[in-house]
Amino acid sequence: MLSSIRNRLILIGVLVAISIFSLIPRDVTTRVRGADGAMKDTTIRRVPLKLGLDLQGGIHLALEIDESRGQVQDRAGAIDRALTVIRTRVDEFGVAEPLIQRVGTDRIVVELAGIDDPGRAKQIVQRSAFLEWRIVDMQDRFKDALPAIDGALARAGVTGAPGVAATVPSGVEQLLGIDSAARDTTVAADSVEEATEGQPAPLSSLLYNGQIPGEFMVLEEIYPYVDSIIRLQPAQSGIPRGLDLVWAMEPTSQGGRAYRALYAVDARPIITGEVISDARATVDQVSRSSVVQFTLNRAGGRILRRETGRHINDYMAIMLDGRVNRQPPVIRSQIYRNGQIELGSAPLREAEDLALVLRAGALPAPVVIVEERTVGPTLGRDSVTQGRRAAAVAAVAVLLIMAAYYRAAGLLAIGALIFYVLFTLGGLASLDATLTLPGLAGFVLSLGIAVDANVLIFERIREELKLSKTPRSAVDEGFTHAMPAIIDANITTVVTAAFLFQFGTGPVKGFAVTLIIGIIASLITAVFVTRTFFLIWLQSRRAAEGLSI
Amino acid sequence: MFRLFDQASYDILKHAKIAFVVAAVFTIPGLFLLAIRGPNLSIEFTGGTLVELRALDAAIQTQQIRGALGVAGITGAEIQTYGAPNEFVIRARLESEEVTAETTQETERAIQVALTDAFGVGSFEVVRAEAIGPKVGGELRTRAQMALLLAFGAIFIFIWFRYEWRFGLAAVLATVHDILTTIAFISYMNLEVSLVVVAGLLTIIGYSLNDTIVTFDRVRENLRKFRRKNIYEILNRSINETLPRTVLTSGTTLVATIALLVLAGKVISGFAWVMTFGVITGTFSSIFIASPLLLAVERRWPGEDVRGAKTLTSTGAAVVT
Repeated sequence: MLSSIRNRLILIGVLVAISIFSLIPRDVTTRVRGADGAMKDTTIRRVPLKLGLDLQGGIHLALEIDESRGQVQDRAGAIDRALTVIRTRVDEFGVAEPLIQRVGTDRIVVELAGIDDPGRAKQIVQRSAFLEWRIVDMQDRFKDALPAIDGALARAGVTGAPGVAATVPSGVEQLLGIDSAARDTTVAADSVEEATEGQPAPLSSLLYNGQIPGEFMVLEEIYPYVDSIIRLQPAQSGIPRGLDLVWAMEPTSQGGRAYRALYAVDARPIITGEVISDARATVDQVSRSSVVQFTLNRAGGRILRRETGRHINDYMAIMLDGRVNRQPPVIRSQIYRNGQIELGSAPLREAEDLALVLRAGALPAPVVIVEERTVGPTLGRDSVTQGRRAAAVAAVAVLLIMAAYYRAAGLLAIGALIFYVLFTLGGLASLDATLTLPGLAGFVLSLGIAVDANVLIFERIREELKLSKTPRSAVDEGFTHAMPAIIDANITTVVTAAFLFQFGTGPVKGFAVTLIIGIIASLITAVFVTRTFFLIWLQSRRAAEGLSI
Repeated sequence: MFRLFDQASYDILKHAKIAFVVAAVFTIPGLFLLAIRGPNLSIEFTGGTLVELRALDAAIQTQQIRGALGVAGITGAEIQTYGAPNEFVIRARLESEEVTAETTQETERAIQVALTDAFGVGSFEVVRAEAIGPKVGGELRTRAQMALLLAFGAIFIFIWFRYEWRFGLAAVLATVHDILTTIAFISYMNLEVSLVVVAGLLTIIGYSLNDTIVTFDRVRENLRKFRRKNIYEILNRSINETLPRTVLTSGTTLVATIALLVLAGKVISGFAWVMTFGVITGTFSSIFIASPLLLAVERRWPGEDVRGAKTLTSTGAAVVT
């Protein structure tokens, strides 16, 4: 018997230790890509058991449609659809009960509680995540148009970039290793005008031929300058109809220098990202780089198969938010439903975030965060203070009733309830749950059920004592007979909560989570902890003379 | 050892008819009232007006603003601190109005007037006022309803498996009774239906089911123990035997919900009302509704009792009619 009690105490000790451990705040260090694109370590303090928007407040983001890069048609419709997309993303990100609300006619307010890493959350909210597949310029139509574009730019007074061009080292082509035998250093060498006028061509002198059709290389440090030239009106009107110029997502390194690839691609995508049915982040086993693999739905798969069948031996660019991901591969055979985006050395978490936004869908128009603030609880600070006081009074009242009615046994029950609260909070913390008022309601219900379990057991022991049994057998019988009621009632409640969790949204879900955790904790305490306390109590000499219950 | 209802032996089933009538008289007008007037949904469901406010007087805090709005009859507003401690966001709506551009202006004006009356001219400034959409869409309601229906189905099957299908049916019907009476109560009190009130309703469902199962567990036990007795006596005996526990648990919970009602303030009062009433109706139903329903189900579909206990005799049925 002694060893049995010892084993029970050890098990309770382990449960307590796990609960306490999960409730201690700790620092987590992760590698994140900073604003400048460099990787750096950031340390985030993870606080277990965050409180929700209603109880504590959180960050407030106001979003508007970004029209800095072109007008958006149907702004009202775009806001409506953006609302749905952002809601899906935030839900998938796992923020409990966020507020996502349309304010006025052209603003979306997103309020999030308990965010460890606001930067990441902002990224997820405002990323466009527009995915498209485009065929590169196979006929070199852009290259053929380059002399004309150079001419137009020269006439407009663009003289190339003397300061910039000077930095271009000679013999780059060897370092690049691009086709240097067949072609000259820059595309400009093909240009007739440069040869005749002896002046550097404004655009083509900055472009190197790439390895595949429609690909050009630009030194990373002058890429913003080149980008500004090709946006100029003379250049834009010179680009052949049906073609777009797009940049690569990331620089590539060749011969010790960083280059940025520029691609001439079909203006019309063969397919866009609405057809994605699933996206998952993984690490490529060979290259060790983070990869997002996606699957298209049936309709999308059919279109892609048809289109890729039409473009065998062409190169196809996969573009995300207007940037080309990796060097476009050649289409060797029809591609059906699968594809991937490589993120190189970026941490897996970045790939996970991208997979999330791809699953949730693209924003109908680019959005920008126009305001960011910290907000207080939606219930109001006054209500939270009052509610806290009320909860304390209620808890003390319940404990007093238990102690007064069941005397010594009541004290055991109070002890068991303290363990119950610890287990529940520990369970919620290890699930990384956010507590809201509906969640607290679920907690209160499970607390009531935990008290009830003790009441059931004690009443049963009293009944057995009335049949003038010894304390020992009254306790045994009491537990045995109270158990079916406790277990059946708890399972019924868990079944209800499970359905609420599965099919409910927002607050209904929050309620269900705390209820399920609370009931499991209640069952453990009633069946196990209270029982252990009784066993210890029964060993004392006084208990043999009669139970104080 | 002090024990409430220690030797209780009331003939509770005798009063079943009265209990059913009381429940019907209470519930039906309430549901009618709800059908006519429609639910008083909170701003979380309807949307309304958002007013951003900067207080120039340090004495103006959340509580004071809530008080001032309450005096002017603008209830159910959400008041949030916003960035700085003297800046607030108020989400409010005037009584039962559609959200349009005009109501936005009207609400803004009403809030201005209310706050000026309370704090004086120049003590605050309105930074912005805009119409806001609902926080929760209609899917919350439809999905919660679907979840509940499915949960009832699952509970029915679970109790069928653990007890017998008649128990499952009676338990589910008793829970439906609790939901309906609580909805009627909300409608009489014209309580604002917010997300928290919805959570309160869910809590009551869980609470009442727990109560009912405890009584039914005793019925099951007694059915095995007293094979000679008819189900009428067994039901009465079971209710009486569990009465001490029922009263103690409900009493304890009631003390807690009343503390919430008195102390927790206006915003949570809807929840506290629903909880308080729900505990009462849940206790009432597990004593006066659930077991009589079980008896009624037995009479309608007589058959073998759980675990081969005695079938319901005609005498048992005769007593209740």
